[in-house]
Amino acid sequence: MTTASTTSTTTLTTPSASVAPLLSITGLVRRFGGLTAVNGLSLSVGDGELVSVIGPNGAGKTTLFNLIAGLDTPDSGSVAFAGQDVTGFAAERLAGLGLARTFQHGRVFGNLSVLDNVLVGAHTRLRAVRPRPPLGLPLLGPLAELGLALFRPAAVRAEEERLRAEALAIIALFGDRLTPRLDKPAHSLSYANRRRVEIARALALKPRLLLLDEPTAGMNPTETAEMLEIIRGLKGRGLTILLIEHKLDLVMQLSDRVVVMDHGARIAEGLPSAVATDPAVIEAYLGHKAVGAANQDDAAAVVPVKRGIGE
Amino acid sequence: MFPTSFGPWLDYTINGLVIGNIYALLAVGLALIFGVSHLINFAHGSVYMVGAYIGWLGITKLNLPLPVTFAVVAVGCGLLGAVIERVGLRPLRNAPRIAPLLATIGLSVVLDQAAQLLFSPDPRALPTQLPNWRIAIGGGSIGALDLLIAGVGIGSAALLYGFLRFTRLGWAVRATALDRDAAQQCGVDVDKVNRTVFAIASALGGVSGLLVGMYYNTIDPNMGFQAGLKGIVAQLIGGVGNVPGAIAGSLLLGLIESYGIALFGTSYRNLFAFVALILILVLRPNGLFAKARRLPPEPLTGTFIAPSRPLVLPRWLIGVLIAAALALPFAVQQPYLLQTLGNAWLYALLALSLTLVAGTVGQVSLGHAGLLAIGAYASALLALDAGIPVLLAVPLAGVIAAALGTALVFPAFRLRGHYVSIATLAVGEIVTLVILNWESLTRGPIGVTGVPPLSVAGTPLVSGQWVYWIPLAVLLVFAGVQTRLLSSHLGRTLRAIREDDVAARSYGVDLNRYKGLAFAVAGFVAGVGGALMAHFYSYINHETFPAPVSMLALTMVILGGLGNVAGAVLGAVVLVGLPELFRAAAEYRMLIYGVVLLLLIRFRPQGLLGTV
Amino acid sequence: MTDAVLRLDRVNSFYGPVQVHFDLSLEVVRGQIVCLLGGNASGKSTTMKIILGLLKPRSGQVLFDGQPLTGLSTPQIVRRGIGSVPESRRLFATMTVRENVLMGAYTRDDRAGVAEDYERVLDLFPKLRERHGQQAGTLSGGEQQMVAMARALMGRPRLIVMDEPTMGLSPLHVDRVLEMIQTINGQGVSVFMVEQNASLALQIAHHGYVLQTGRIVLSGPAADLARDPQIRDAYLGGAQAA
Repeated sequence: MTTASTTSTTTLTTPSASVAPLLSITGLVRRFGGLTAVNGLSLSVGDGELVSVIGPNGAGKTTLFNLIAGLDTPDSGSVAFAGQDVTGFAAERLAGLGLARTFQHGRVFGNLSVLDNVLVGAHTRLRAVRPRPPLGLPLLGPLAELGLALFRPAAVRAEEERLRAEALAIIALFGDRLTPRLDKPAHSLSYANRRRVEIARALALKPRLLLLDEPTAGMNPTETAEMLEIIRGLKGRGLTILLIEHKLDLVMQLSDRVVVMDHGARIAEGLPSAVATDPAVIEAYLGHKAVGAANQDDAAAVVPVKRGIGE
Repeated sequence: MFPTSFGPWLDYTINGLVIGNIYALLAVGLALIFGVSHLINFAHGSVYMVGAYIGWLGITKLNLPLPVTFAVVAVGCGLLGAVIERVGLRPLRNAPRIAPLLATIGLSVVLDQAAQLLFSPDPRALPTQLPNWRIAIGGGSIGALDLLIAGVGIGSAALLYGFLRFTRLGWAVRATALDRDAAQQCGVDVDKVNRTVFAIASALGGVSGLLVGMYYNTIDPNMGFQAGLKGIVAQLIGGVGNVPGAIAGSLLLGLIESYGIALFGTSYRNLFAFVALILILVLRPNGLFAKARRLPPEPLTGTFIAPSRPLVLPRWLIGVLIAAALALPFAVQQPYLLQTLGNAWLYALLALSLTLVAGTVGQVSLGHAGLLAIGAYASALLALDAGIPVLLAVPLAGVIAAALGTALVFPAFRLRGHYVSIATLAVGEIVTLVILNWESLTRGPIGVTGVPPLSVAGTPLVSGQWVYWIPLAVLLVFAGVQTRLLSSHLGRTLRAIREDDVAARSYGVDLNRYKGLAFAVAGFVAGVGGALMAHFYSYINHETFPAPVSMLALTMVILGGLGNVAGAVLGAVVLVGLPELFRAAAEYRMLIYGVVLLLLIRFRPQGLLGTV
Repeated sequence: MTDAVLRLDRVNSFYGPVQVHFDLSLEVVRGQIVCLLGGNASGKSTTMKIILGLLKPRSGQVLFDGQPLTGLSTPQIVRRGIGSVPESRRLFATMTVRENVLMGAYTRDDRAGVAEDYERVLDLFPKLRERHGQQAGTLSGGEQQMVAMARALMGRPRLIVMDEPTMGLSPLHVDRVLEMIQTINGQGVSVFMVEQNASLALQIAHHGYVLQTGRIVLSGPAADLARDPQIRDAYLGGAQAA
């Protein structure tokens, strides 16, 4: 809770242009065998900004998220978050610094209830039950945590109550989508509800930076519109968001800036309206042919044959 | 002890390569099976044992010519392999990936026990029909059997290479190993591929068993367990699923063992293998020959948690059951019954411990009996050698088991799924082997006699009621503590690790810390259980807590429902109490456990009370 | 009644408790390229699984050449004459290009015919001739797509199903792939392709369906769909509007 309040004061007192961006990525590269998933990508997100990353499937967007969130390490390049170089930091450490992410395919904890899923999101904020290890002895921390979890002094109970109330408030953001299902195991939820649980879990971390990987995948237009309002609300509260999304409608309405990725590289960046008319973007979405005449060499590569192979 | 001339070293090298060849026949099969089905086949050692017995029948009973015996062994074991695939693997195609692994453990128990019932547990001689000449080479020598083993090894490798490289089915095997779905979409019948691979692997494994029997001139129904583990170790050295790597790993393991024996003596043989296994898992989990960089982690959950709604017992019912259990000695006076139930409570402590680790955190430990052994030895030796009062020694033993158990498993915390099971199995074996070899502390193979009983103010508590009440009281306390732990933030955190460790990490959950906590609590509970056993039994040795006890514990836990506290107690009562009460003959008991495990995995993976 | 090579009839499918398809019906007219459009998690790839028998529908059926595929395994379905180009190509990475392509003929016993078709496929994708001994995993994305298509052709299919064939390819390769699909179709093979990128797919398709949360919300001739404002808004956003 202390981190959240300092962040908001800095945003209020300093114009965001003059301070270092909250997230800044420089020359990131990640190769898998013969494929380069992320190829020299640079990108920055300022405090309170909502930046969208768009691009066709396979452009390397999710790999980028994994690199930022510490689930994968880059072959070269660097990631800086909140003023420190975090390249190669483990995911759990980055979560502690205030970075939360959702997953493209909705990785909820299937056998945990909706409420427990969200409470796991608040793990890094447990203080009373996870005191800093006294005297710096590494084993004392976990043992103290075990003891406090079993004996539950008033402070621990109060903390659990407070987080529970907060989790319920977060869940209430989604209207009556999740509230009636608080005790249901997450594996019984619809695809759309799993996405909502994931976002609720991420919000419970009180993130300084929220990475949303296709929050509206699998949602119908009504649900998508609902999600748009929720994200707009989060943005209104000053949350910094990096968003991967395919529904350009939503991207255009929400984003301060849009980064277009193709082939692991940034092919365009700018205001939503500018990006939408960028020839490189249109090419990425419509193919080469739609933009200019087909390259003659390409066409020559396909040689028509006389006899049918089919039947 | 230490050979100084060149000759003995040459002998050790030849011996190492011969043994390595035998491991290779096992490891290649395991690698092929892992390749197509991503399964570490724990029944492979049993197939090897069956091969040895078929060979024994052929040679000593039917007097078949040696080549015919080999053919019969290969065909017989090949068929057995196909059957294992059919009953152990195929019905579990869509089950969690740990399910077929558990099924192969069940199958291995069933095969080993069946062999014991058919052929008696005693070792039998397997005379070789080969001429008894040896060629002397520079101080060492090579015999006909050495040459035969080398020939079979090299011949099998060549045949296998040809099969994979030049036949259509061989291509299908390779394609299936690389991408099962894509192979199916090319029209490959992956069931047929699996069956073929199991048959080939099992034929090689059976031949390996026959060769080993001939080499040492002895076979017994339990020979498969260690051999299967060696094959797994060899395969891991080479990198799982890597066939040439398995051969190289096997030869290396054979040499390590042979030189190790030369330097330290025979009783250390297995220790080298398991220490090598732990080192490989920790330092090069993809084997010695793998490329350094791996793909990013995928949601590969190694757990066995079927989505289910656990049965929640109402509080009053739990209260009634506890009261009834406490009051039982007033109603029933037969010491035998009380003793049996007391023993069930002790095993329930083991199940309680395992259900936390395997159920709640999803780390399927196969070496849990090792914790009992640590607790038992710690308490017995503290009481006997350090003169500490038994009532103090028991909790101290719990602390020692917690600390030592966690430290031993710690290197495996970074592993996932099947690797955790293999590493814990190896740790369990290491505990037994250290107890056997560290004579100055543990009294080695003689064991510890005269362990003092629990006593209060000089009065020993050895009567039937105390044997019942003390374990029950300890069990109730620990079950209460575990229930409270599960209802705290630790419960959801540990379960989150089980459900999706990548997502858990992304929310700041430090896996080492929480796995460590779970293993420490589990180690304490099992350690106290082991300590109580030592004081009740009054005699313990390295075989009091053998590997099958770990399998029994796992069966109890799955029977009750993974992670389920009440289920762990129920599982122990059903599996320890009932067979005893129904006077099921002792030799059938392990067979029953194996069958129960198999049936559960197939038909009720969520157990009786449901997973939590 | 049209001559449909493939027809899905009121398919309802589930992953565990979660329903993926709701009364999904569609058809591929013989000789056509038909695309199924939709966002991620709309149920596109699951449709592929249903057609190939990798997932069984809870109700409804899939008809191939008028025959229901109910109860058939994937290899049996492939034998009936459906070739597959899976998502992200899914080549056998450490097998050679030649081995990969020939794996596509796994179901066939006519050695001479296979050899002949192999030559023909290499004529179609001459690049693969140079690379036939190379491990497939070391090829570029575009070349891998060629191998995947060649592999699918080797089974002499009457229908090829493709899951996002242009995914992850550079614009240059995207054009080639689209042309390859047209060439394949020109040989008399019907094509059913699943695509996220509507404008790309509609450039070559005859007919299109739009899938949204497991339901068909729009269908029609490709040319009409390409002009449909709903599609333009959903998949191109301001790109066309501006």
